Amino acid sequence: MAHKSMNLTLKVWRQKNAKTTGQFESYQVKNISEEMSFLEMFDVLNEQLVQENKEPIAFDHDCREGICGMCSMYIDGKPHGPWQANTTCQLHMRAFKDGDTITVEPWRANAFPVLKDLVVDRTSFDRIIQAGGYVSVNTGNAVDGNSLPINKNAADDSFAAAMCIGCGACVAACKNSSAMLFLSAKVSHLALLPQGDPERSTRVMNMVAQMDKEGFGACTNTGACEATCPKEISLSNIARLNQEYLLSSLTASN
Amino acid sequence: MLDAKIPAGPLESKWSDYKGHCKLVNPANKRKLEVIVVGTGLAGASAAATLGELGYKVKAFCFQDSPRRAHSIAAQGGINAAKNYQNDGDSIFRLFYDTIKGGDYRAREANVHRLSEVSGSIIDQCVAQGVPFAREYGGLLSNRSFGGTQVQRTFYAAGQTGQQLLIGAYQALERQVALGNVKMYARHEMLDIVMVEGKARGIIARNLVNGELERHFGSAVLLCTGGYGNVFYLSTNAMGSNVTAAWKAHRKGAAFANPCFTQIHPTCIPVSGDHQSKLTLMSESLRNDGRIWVPAKKDDSRKPNEIPEQERDYYLERRYPAFGNLVPRDVASRAAKERCDAGYGVGSSKQAVYLDYAAAIERYGKIEASKQGNDNVPKEEIIAMGKQVVKEKYGNLFDMYQKITGENPYEVPMRIYPAVHYTMGGLWVDYELQTTLSGVYALGEANFSDHGANRLGASALMQGLADGYFVIPYTIGNYLADEIYNKPISTDHPAFVEAEKAVSDRISQLKNINGKQSVESFHKRLGKIMWDKCGMARNKEGLTEAIAEIQALKKEFWSDVRIPGEINEMNPELDKANRVADFIELGELMCIDALNREESCGGHFREEFQTPEGEALRDDAKFMYVAAWEFAGESNWNLQKEPLVYDVIKPSQRNYK
Repeated sequence: MAHKSMNLTLKVWRQKNAKTTGQFESYQVKNISEEMSFLEMFDVLNEQLVQENKEPIAFDHDCREGICGMCSMYIDGKPHGPWQANTTCQLHMRAFKDGDTITVEPWRANAFPVLKDLVVDRTSFDRIIQAGGYVSVNTGNAVDGNSLPINKNAADDSFAAAMCIGCGACVAACKNSSAMLFLSAKVSHLALLPQGDPERSTRVMNMVAQMDKEGFGACTNTGACEATCPKEISLSNIARLNQEYLLSSLTASN
Repeated sequence: MLDAKIPAGPLESKWSDYKGHCKLVNPANKRKLEVIVVGTGLAGASAAATLGELGYKVKAFCFQDSPRRAHSIAAQGGINAAKNYQNDGDSIFRLFYDTIKGGDYRAREANVHRLSEVSGSIIDQCVAQGVPFAREYGGLLSNRSFGGTQVQRTFYAAGQTGQQLLIGAYQALERQVALGNVKMYARHEMLDIVMVEGKARGIIARNLVNGELERHFGSAVLLCTGGYGNVFYLSTNAMGSNVTAAWKAHRKGAAFANPCFTQIHPTCIPVSGDHQSKLTLMSESLRNDGRIWVPAKKDDSRKPNEIPEQERDYYLERRYPAFGNLVPRDVASRAAKERCDAGYGVGSSKQAVYLDYAAAIERYGKIEASKQGNDNVPKEEIIAMGKQVVKEKYGNLFDMYQKITGENPYEVPMRIYPAVHYTMGGLWVDYELQTTLSGVYALGEANFSDHGANRLGASALMQGLADGYFVIPYTIGNYLADEIYNKPISTDHPAFVEAEKAVSDRISQLKNINGKQSVESFHKRLGKIMWDKCGMARNKEGLTEAIAEIQALKKEFWSDVRIPGEINEMNPELDKANRVADFIELGELMCIDALNREESCGGHFREEFQTPEGEALRDDAKFMYVAAWEFAGESNWNLQKEPLVYDVIKPSQRNYK
């Protein structure tokens, strides 16, 4: 079976390290099969650069099956590119046509500084989790798994929030670089389960405080985050977060 | 001599006896002991979190930007546990028995029994952490079937079980980071182990952001670095998955066991072209409801939907009526290869078979219709209802298939083909998970111990978490209890200086080759040799050729590789070169091991050794042992044998008919 192939122009952000300024550079790639993934097209380009004795483009990627959350390209003005509910690694070249010019940038957010080319530092997300995104239960404390029946709908909703892959596309899509969708997914995941109940109030307060400290912006309520999220994390989680936050503020003892 | 340190006494009480008698470290001393954990997948994150909870000072390392990225996250189908919630006859013994049999009698009884014993506690622990497992309407946990078993013991969270379990362990880890018990080093790669007077005393790690080498002290080093499937270049592993940390330990003296035992997973999306960078798994859980077939006629070029029922060959159901589509992975993979090699393959490459959901969609649709009490539902509505049920169960997998292939699996059967997925071999460990290097432990896929020659589905997650949450917290105490008398050593110690210099020299050597070929091109060539000659079927001639080819490739790599960029900066090409150099050496050892093992068992299929029906033919008289290889210089290894003793289970030829 013959597959269509295409020639493309790529405008890619190049930046040596966190301390230098960057700029766009243009590259040509030829005979790109529509069967390739977007990152495989980058592999082709990088192989070409190695052959030309130039430095390949640094980009984050690992599982290449849409679940680890490591890939992070801002493609033609959209995090993870044109497809809905998709990560960059699952984007395939069928999405483009011969002769296209594709612009590729790193995530842009103060809380995600660029480390090199398309690679950014997302450890701010880890620090938000450290502020309370867990159930405080040491290994060995657990009772039998079935001793705690959980309403199926609550469990399903919790799972839908827990599907967040922590890629940061929501932040990159937001004009305020807000991390509300990421944070609300974790707060919802745990608030919907009885296991998360004892720390419900402190969790939301501490996580929001950490988010502010990291320099993420305020929520704009425009929903760009939900529209771009590869796992379709719902905006209703942000509503739940606000509700949890308000309730905790009103009932906080200190 | 290898001493597996298996406790005496009856199988069922070995672990509880061990726990009752192993040495303990008191809380005041735990605070003084530093432990290094390399890798933060299920085994590493669970170990680091649990050791932190116990009060040890833990340093955890991962090469990704966050511990949450580790490749455990990609596990889809589920995690086994002998809970018997379904009342279908499951028990600790049955899980133990299935695992030993599934591994084709090449795993250690004591380790596997312990794994089975702690399996229930894993589920409890994960539920307590808030892992959102699938539940029934009554609010209780749901189970499903998996290959190689006849009970329903697999717990799951849609097709994202690994993700949910890893996030549970990651959150427990981040909690310990917040409490100051664990210090996390992301974007760091371990490049050597530092040994002082025969004991592990730390590691040399490279900061992948600025390229600097760092020295880290630790009284013990836990390698939780996953498997080495990427030696085949194309595999279902993540791009960064590598053998480097394990290989460095091996070169320092840790024996590497059964390297040729690799698992080829039967249900992956077929290769589409030369550009392919990795292969994507379609969860084994799809074999629960999907039926696998090829056309009964050779070179049949009709579309699948045009081939009538009687002209299809459901070869697994035909060959293995008792287990049907749910035979273990090695059996299913070989059967697919057999059909394709015989000319019955489908798709443009003819290297694929169909995984068909039409029958399942209709069956589920009929169940939905009967729930409505209506016997006269039109066929289209039944199909629509059936599709909805299938979507709920496997939606994310179907979506993934469609994105990659551009085909709609609700309408046309999926095309699948086997791909490298998991490695049963790994660093040799004793009952305490300690390697042959004192103070160096290996957990999860990085060790060899529990899956024999073939791993059953939904058992990798179980083993990773068993090792990290419930085994190492006991066994490491037994070692560290004596380490309280040894003061931490300074990282200025000559052993650290020397180790760092060796790492630095090797990096400079690689960088200064300034050859013409890219790292990637060498990796691809290695992968091709391995897949063609040490893949699903192996023979003496091919393996002998492969060894010579790999030795030649190694020479070429070290004289002609080109690594652009600088050493002291973020340089993914250099990171990759370090890993590929180690994969080349491992590849040679895998072929040597496969050549040595003149029998077929589990994932290791030597064409010379098969039954008249084409099934694997073991040779228990000669090969019922673990092959543990000791590094003895370049291209040179000594074989140590650990005999496998079966006190409880009587090995027989595996039969899934």
